[in-house]
Amino acid sequence: MAGTGTAHLRPDGEALLRVEDLVVEFSAEGGKVQAVSGISLDVVAGETLGLVGESGCGKSTTGRAIMQIIKPSSGSVRFEDVELTKLRGSALRRIRPRLQMIFQDPISSLNPRRKVGSIVAEGLDIWGTGDAASRRAKVDEVLEAVGLDPATARDRRPHQFSGGQCQRISIARAVVTEPKVIICDEPVSALDVSVQAQILNLLEDMKARYGLTLVFIAHDLAVVKNVSDRVAVMYLGKLCEIGSPDLLYSQPAHPYTAALLSAIPEPDPERHDDEPSLLTGEIPSNTNPPSGCRFRTRCPRAEALCEVEEPTIRQVEIGQYVACHFPLAPGESLETADVLGEFDLA
Amino acid sequence: MSEHPGIPLLEVTDVATGFETARGLVRSVDGVSFSLERGHTIGIVGESGSGKTVLSRSIMGLLPHKGVVRSGSIRFDGTEIGEASPKEMRKFWGDAMAMVFQDPMTSLNPVMKIGRQITEAIHTHLDVTKQFADELAVSLLESVRVPDPERRMGEYPHQLSGGLRQRICIAIALACGPQLLLADEPTTALDVTVQAQVLDVLAQQQRERFMAVILVTHDLGVVAGRADDVLVMYAGQVVEKAPTATLFRHMKMPYTEALLRSIPKLTEPSHTRLAAIPGRPPDLVSPPPGCRFAPRCPYAQDKCREEMPPLVDGDTPGHQFRCWFPVGSTPVSIGPSTGEIA
Amino acid sequence: MPDEPLQQFVGQAVDEGRPVDPGTIEISAVTTGPEVRRLRKKGLGIAGWLSIGWITLVVGLAVLAPVLPLDDPKDVTTAIARRGPFADAGTASGHLLGGDFNGRDMLSRLIWGGRTTLVVATLSVLIGFVLGGLLGLIGGYFRGWVDTVVSLLLDVLLAVPAVILALALVTILRTQPGTTSGGLDPELALILALGVVSIPVLGRITRASTLSWSEREFVTAARAQGAKHRRVIVREVLPNVLPAMYSIALLGIAVAIVAEGTLAILGASVEPDTPTWGNMIAIGRIQLERAPHIVFEPALMIFFTVLALNFLGDAIRALFDVREGAL
Repeated sequence: MAGTGTAHLRPDGEALLRVEDLVVEFSAEGGKVQAVSGISLDVVAGETLGLVGESGCGKSTTGRAIMQIIKPSSGSVRFEDVELTKLRGSALRRIRPRLQMIFQDPISSLNPRRKVGSIVAEGLDIWGTGDAASRRAKVDEVLEAVGLDPATARDRRPHQFSGGQCQRISIARAVVTEPKVIICDEPVSALDVSVQAQILNLLEDMKARYGLTLVFIAHDLAVVKNVSDRVAVMYLGKLCEIGSPDLLYSQPAHPYTAALLSAIPEPDPERHDDEPSLLTGEIPSNTNPPSGCRFRTRCPRAEALCEVEEPTIRQVEIGQYVACHFPLAPGESLETADVLGEFDLA
Repeated sequence: MSEHPGIPLLEVTDVATGFETARGLVRSVDGVSFSLERGHTIGIVGESGSGKTVLSRSIMGLLPHKGVVRSGSIRFDGTEIGEASPKEMRKFWGDAMAMVFQDPMTSLNPVMKIGRQITEAIHTHLDVTKQFADELAVSLLESVRVPDPERRMGEYPHQLSGGLRQRICIAIALACGPQLLLADEPTTALDVTVQAQVLDVLAQQQRERFMAVILVTHDLGVVAGRADDVLVMYAGQVVEKAPTATLFRHMKMPYTEALLRSIPKLTEPSHTRLAAIPGRPPDLVSPPPGCRFAPRCPYAQDKCREEMPPLVDGDTPGHQFRCWFPVGSTPVSIGPSTGEIA
Repeated sequence: MPDEPLQQFVGQAVDEGRPVDPGTIEISAVTTGPEVRRLRKKGLGIAGWLSIGWITLVVGLAVLAPVLPLDDPKDVTTAIARRGPFADAGTASGHLLGGDFNGRDMLSRLIWGGRTTLVVATLSVLIGFVLGGLLGLIGGYFRGWVDTVVSLLLDVLLAVPAVILALALVTILRTQPGTTSGGLDPELALILALGVVSIPVLGRITRASTLSWSEREFVTAARAQGAKHRRVIVREVLPNVLPAMYSIALLGIAVAIVAEGTLAILGASVEPDTPTWGNMIAIGRIQLERAPHIVFEPALMIFFTVLALNFLGDAIRALFDVREGAL
């Protein structure tokens, strides 16, 4: 599992957003907890980077640390060639219109006591962009772009809308300042299946219409594959694997990626074998992560080296990078014979 | 054990549950029928507002007292429980029927040790000594694959992960050996790798105890691997019912088809345009006169909007659907993009 | 989807800071959106409307006191001294509620007394609302050391028994009875004293509510838009915290009215010549056996007013809870 390693980053200057060695530490009972332990990522203009992982992997924390909503403990976040971690106060606030965020819970991310029109206009109001008339016109434009009728929506309050519609309002709010990058933190996880599809399509449309670059954080691998140009898999604060979705999903190199893919229940009865799931054990706690490779306690392929040395990220294929001492070869799959027995390990 | 061998364990006939609100009666469940045999699993699939959760609560008798209108018959092992009061239902709860809920965090008492929560369930129905209950609790934890069960007995819920908590909830539900287990979105709040483990545990327990299981979920993937039959609900009604393989291979109801098509699949390349279902589910206070899915259905015709289709039998036994023009019957072009289904 | 295990349960508990009715959990789990809201009966009910009526009456009379055809509450008419209410016409005509033991008209004293009592109660709670609210908002929003300081302050104030604190403050602040110099007008002293006492209560409620609301994502979203702290507090947090504050403030007024009565009995309220409901009871105590109406009339006024305020406080909380619950 790598934390250290920037082999997968593109040459300096190419990326719109570049994160290097990001570390986010919290103090909790009994010492410090590292939610993110040295992640490096980059996103090129017009790209959608999917960030996927299970609970405790630190993907949401990464998103918020990029936004500087949570202060990184160390590491660099460069956006449009500006080092965000060095900005303070009004300098930091000034970049906000260009770096926006969409949140997971559509209803909790909107102020219940404010009208939708006012909520969406917030970005413009704070910065006094244009006059009242032009702001209103812009709000109407984005409301319509997300599929809501401005005339009726503007004066209503969030509780009068459904979850999917609230998420559309959130998207409108994020887009109104014409940002360059939008960090989407699990934007469809709280939505119904049929609404998910609508919102995912909407995000693609908005991306095309407004020339956006997205960082899409989610736990659902299929959703991430659908929207992303590049996918990064995280585990326990570290980066496992990063690469193009088609490659990653068809020939995962990291055992965790492979196990994750196999654990997904597919809506196809014939694809279900009666094999026990490939992954045993619970996800270890962040407070005391395993030494060396963090995934080794659940990895069927773990060997002595994995306990001692943390793997660095390296290329295994054009467009595919993995942090593992014994990655899967293309076409190789995680055999059940590798599984270390039925009982939990953690 | 059963008093009436030969009849289904659970028979739900024309059950309807409505809630009185200021706007009118919200018909959350509007005429649902199915039966469930011992040892079988039925998956109830639907989105929010479909009525699946209200249905499961209706079966368990866990509805609020005021403002609820119920009709229809629910027979458990031959006994009618549709109109039973909570007091009467208490004889069934834990002993004959048990439920596992979605959110393991709020299903467990945060200030009570795990061990006690299980033994409490045991003592409610079984007249046993404390020691026996403790031993039974430990063996229950073992059977749901909780590692180091003796230690867990003395721990509190917040010390455990979501997957472990959910397995403990299953253990509590199973404590008195119920014949029917209702699992309401048991894995929705869990990580996908943990999900698989929890579902495995459920399946194993079902086999060992020959229980009937009702698995309520919105996830067609979960149902595909774990249920014998599937009930698809939309706007309070059953719109399709079939053995699992039949449902996925030969679905008749356009809603089922649309649902499957709108889910992003691992087998599709990235940036595949999803065939999203336009619009939203209907208002349950005054649903449209005809088919409730008609406003969003790509195959809809006038008849669909005027007359409510009844539940009719399909080609294979056990397959029922509610549609005038089921999938494959008319050569009407489908609006959104096409694509393979499974 | 599960978050970091550490904050899971705590976050949930704080988030749902309102009491949860088990019956309604199931309903909220069932449907979302409009259905949930309508399941709870909105509106105030009979008790609510009666309460509003009573409060309106009392406040109306208090406001209009100067223009009503009332006797001067300080005027002594010995003929009616200690006469009970609805005494026969003639000597006691025009004195509907009788006279106090000096011979002052009870009705007039009740109305003027209500005026003073309500002014004192309302203004003191207003002080608590503003100052306590400010402290609570700042502590709850910024957390960290700011919250530690605020909490310490509030805890210290709360630790002192309210009556003793108020008594001490009144005694220190006011001019000594019988003198004319050194200190504040007793009414003002009373207001300030009760104001200080009400700061911690409103402060804590505001702080708790602010803590809960500040966790919501729309607050993060506002900061992510580049809003300064002040804007976020005023535009995002405050409107959501106010309903809880209003509800407690109303209850606080009720408590202040009773507190004034206690202080009156301890001799710390205004001069008995200027009536308040509290000091009417205080001086009437002596004559309890002979002329009970002197105590009971103001006591009943307090009783009904406090009851009405309590109902209203609850009704307001329920009304706003409904809207939050739907979210």
